[in-house]
Amino acid sequence: MARIVFTQQLRRFTETPEVDAPAQTLRAGLEAAFAVNPRLRGYVLDDQGHLRANVVVFIDGVRGRERVLLNDALRVDSEVHVMQALSGG
Amino acid sequence: MEGRAWAATRKGLFELRRHGGAWAIERISFLGEPVSMMLAPTDSGRMYAALNLGHFGVKLHGSDDAGVTWTELTTPAYPPQPEGEPVAGVAWKLLQIWSMEAAHGMLWAGTLPGGLFRSADAGQSWQLVDALWNHPARAEWSGGGYDVPGIHSICPHPTRAGEMLVGLSVGGVMASTDHGASWVTRAGGMRATYMPPERQFDPNVQDPHAIVRCAVRPDVFWCQHHGGIWRSTDNAASWQEITDVPVSNFGFAVAAHPSNADTAWFVPAVADQQRVPVDGALVVNRTRDGGRSFETLRSGLPQQGCYDLVYRHGLAVDTSGTQLLMGSTTGNLWGSGDAGEGWSAVDLHLPPIYAVRMG
Repeated sequence: MARIVFTQQLRRFTETPEVDAPAQTLRAGLEAAFAVNPRLRGYVLDDQGHLRANVVVFIDGVRGRERVLLNDALRVDSEVHVMQALSGG
Repeated sequence: MEGRAWAATRKGLFELRRHGGAWAIERISFLGEPVSMMLAPTDSGRMYAALNLGHFGVKLHGSDDAGVTWTELTTPAYPPQPEGEPVAGVAWKLLQIWSMEAAHGMLWAGTLPGGLFRSADAGQSWQLVDALWNHPARAEWSGGGYDVPGIHSICPHPTRAGEMLVGLSVGGVMASTDHGASWVTRAGGMRATYMPPERQFDPNVQDPHAIVRCAVRPDVFWCQHHGGIWRSTDNAASWQEITDVPVSNFGFAVAAHPSNADTAWFVPAVADQQRVPVDGALVVNRTRDGGRSFETLRSGLPQQGCYDLVYRHGLAVDTSGTQLLMGSTTGNLWGSGDAGEGWSAVDLHLPPIYAVRMG
């Protein structure tokens, strides 16, 4: 099961569950978290379902580059960290 | 409510109360978060605050107890962007709630990048006003102050439900008389000196920095435009430029007297690359004769070494037309209790002020 973890900065605004999901892509993993807290979606994704410009995702320590389709592959034991990007905000 | 006002700032929403003629901070909400716009409470205490979180996007909050407690509401969202978009490079993504108004049971939000949203259920759900978003004129809109167009002024008709006017930077003035089902341009007479000569009177390229409506005489509008000051007395069917404005005809903010259609206040600044007070002296221009003449009011305002800019939503007048508040992007706030004759500092250490509202 891939684990999805959200930055503590988000906890100021909404619930950030740590989710273990049988997800094969980043988007599927995020959707598993949004199913627990639908409000979380708007904090991570924009109107078009793209990763927000100042949010960054690390998959097993590697910064995700695909920000539109969010189709980076997850392993069965992947750990995904959703963070705020220091480049903006 | 008389004696209450609000400052939406880069670092939170500040509630102000007037006690014995002096304004003071009563409460702070959302400390640390950018509050781009707010709506003052209704008699029942219902109010709204729009946040623009740096990393996590635009959020809307509502309160039923005049700002004591808040609940996150649904944020307006643009629909899926079709193939062939974007028009003029504008992505269908909400960047900021720049203006909010409530009228006739409807809540309105004007946004960057130029969409107008409405809610009939107090912010629980939102609909993009398609007829405006899909209007052919949008192809001519552009950024003004921001990289994308935005609706900064929403002027519902106070008595005729469904009739409203919006101001855009940059996109001129658009009006609807059928609850937003159709829109027409209403910038006739405005002139954009930043455009080539043959385009200067094009209504779709006008940059009205702010538009306000006289509450009691709703056919009267005042506009602080990028290129000067305009007024309309025929419900925006035509606009007349106000000339011979002292100090400077450039600025962002304008406040309309709620009942005297001949009275309005402006905050002049150096046009247009510097955007600071002329000669380092902060002043307010007031007309009481429909723009034929102005008084330049300075009493109590810094008259040397002042570089404060009062942005488009930074000047507010109360329902009596005597109480004024003015906040700057430097974070300074001044109040007047005599229609602008004299001013005094309310607080000189606030975060950058985006909007000031009474009520």
